[in-house]
Formats: sequence, C-alpha cells, structure tokens
Amino acid sequence: MNALNTVEKGEMRINLPAFRVGDTVRVHVKIKEGDKERIQIFEGIVIARKNGDLRSTFTVRKISFGQGVERIFPLHSPVIEQIEVVRKGRVRRAKLYYLRNLKGKAAKIKETKAG
Amino acid sequence: MINGILGIKMGMTQLFGKDGMVIPATVIKAGPCLVIQKKTAANDGYNAVQLGLVEFVSGRRVNKAMAGHFKKGNVAPVRFLREFRLTDSAEETKVGSKVLVDQFSTKDEVDVTGVSKGKGFAGLVKRHNFGGGAATHGSMFHRAPGSIGASAFPSRVLKGMRAAGHMGQERVTAKNLHVVKVDVENNLLIVKGAVPGANGGYLIIKKNKRTAG
Repeated sequence: MNALNTVEKGEMRINLPAFRVGDTVRVHVKIKEGDKERIQIFEGIVIARKNGDLRSTFTVRKISFGQGVERIFPLHSPVIEQIEVVRKGRVRRAKLYYLRNLKGKAAKIKETKAG
Repeated sequence: MINGILGIKMGMTQLFGKDGMVIPATVIKAGPCLVIQKKTAANDGYNAVQLGLVEFVSGRRVNKAMAGHFKKGNVAPVRFLREFRLTDSAEETKVGSKVLVDQFSTKDEVDVTGVSKGKGFAGLVKRHNFGGGAATHGSMFHRAPGSIGASAFPSRVLKGMRAAGHMGQERVTAKNLHVVKVDVENNLLIVKGAVPGANGGYLIIKKNKRTAG
C-alpha cells in the first residue's frame, strides 16, 4: 500500500451505512454555536456520489419552501453525526442532475420493490 | 540538534480538522536519513552534517568517488545527499546515526524546498502574469509583450526587462507550512498546503526560524 492510501485509510470512517444514488437520506449534521453543539437534520434525495477514498462526497437535494437546495457533504467528515437511509430509490443513472429541471410529481423517484 | 530532514513528495490529499474543516495536505515520505559526514569548524570552517535519504540504490549507480565517500562513513549508498548547518559544534551527532521524522510535532512549522515542475519555454502571460489582450472583437493584441522601451533614447532594451523564456524546474521554497500530522511508524510527514515539485520529487524539510528557535 502506498503512503497516500495509508494516510487516507487511517482517517476514514467505517460506521457509514450503505446508500446509493436515488436513496432518500436524513443527514444529521453537527452545528457549533459558540460552545454549544446541536444536531441539524438535512433530508433529501442523494443525486450524486463522488468516490475517492477519504475525498469522497455525496450530494443531497431537497425542496425547501419551494426552492431547490443542494448540499455537498464530504462522506467521511466528522461533522456528520449519522446518516439514516429513509427510502431506497430505483434509478437508472449514476448522477441525477436531471432532477434539477423537474418539479413536483415528475421529480419523484420510484421505490425499490425490495425496499 | 539537526533541525531538518530529507524526503520525497508522495502526493496531496485532504484531512479533516477538529471542527470538520477540510485541510489540504501534502504527504511527504520523510526519512529515515543517515548522517553520512560531519563537517567541523576546525576541519571545514563551519559546522554541518551531511544527511542522506535512505533508499535502495543499485551498486552500478554509485561511482568510485562516491563509493569511497560512503565507505568512509561505513554507510550504505544513497542517492540524495544534502548538508544541514549546525548552530554549535553539537558533538552528539555521529556519522551513521539516524535522523527520523519524530523530531517534528503538530505545533511545528516547516520550510519545504524542492525543484518546481518545469514549464518549458513560457510566454509572458504564464511566466510574469501579464494580462494579455482581448481574444476577439478585432483585437490584434493577444499574448504579445507590448512595448519593451523607448526608441532613440536609450536605444537599447533595459536590463531585467521581463521577457519570455524558460520557466520552472528551479529551486523553490514553500515557507511556514503547518505540520498537520506525523506518522513515525511509516516515516510520513503531513503538511498543510502544497509543496514544490512533482510527486516523487526530492525535498529538503527544515523547521522554520520560530520553530527551531
């Protein structure tokens, strides 16, 4: 194993749940306000995953007050307290950027039969 | 006390800080190094040690002169040798003793010297950050230097006029880089930010003045 892998493997989180593009997730984000810490939940559809060991990220999209909001999370970030998979979605693309142009019912994703 | 080490740039990645902030980081394989030669004020006019970065070197790559040099110190041949000045006579360092990455801690700041990536014959826009002209709209001035001086007086181009030419592949020092992590077991030093040169390039790492102080 080369030196870069050694460094990255050492920092990676191992307790992450398996989730895929198209799934609906609840991301529990730690937020620091002064010296107090609280959890904020960001729930939406995973529209992209970018892989690269420690540098992996995933993008979550939700509609907030009629406005599309996307957040890119570093997968291994210590800021993420927990990732909950709410719904498994059946999709035929690796990146769901087409959802940005869809609204309402058209932007819905079918659930997998297996669940 | 030797305030430095030799290393090889392995590449860049990112680490997470305490507050979850992403820190851009360069991984350096630092050492182990051997003291190949000691220079003393009495003998050489100044106090220094010559360090060699331990790595495999085929015997065919070592010429007779260097083979003799390594034999004198009774050490295996190395490819990358550099001198580090000692502030006082510091007798504790002996020829053949090891210099390891454990001398660094996460509070330290280091200066990293390497040879930058060669850019070849580069124009003024790339080499000296000239603005260049508009690409379109009938512009006839794109990346040319423009005026390089007056005419009858002084009738020559002033010395030091910035011009196109060879760029890169020169000694560059990145100063005051924070040490993010030290992995003594694997001889790895991880610093914040970029260091000069390509991956696999040799580096000289020195504690900066404040840290060494």
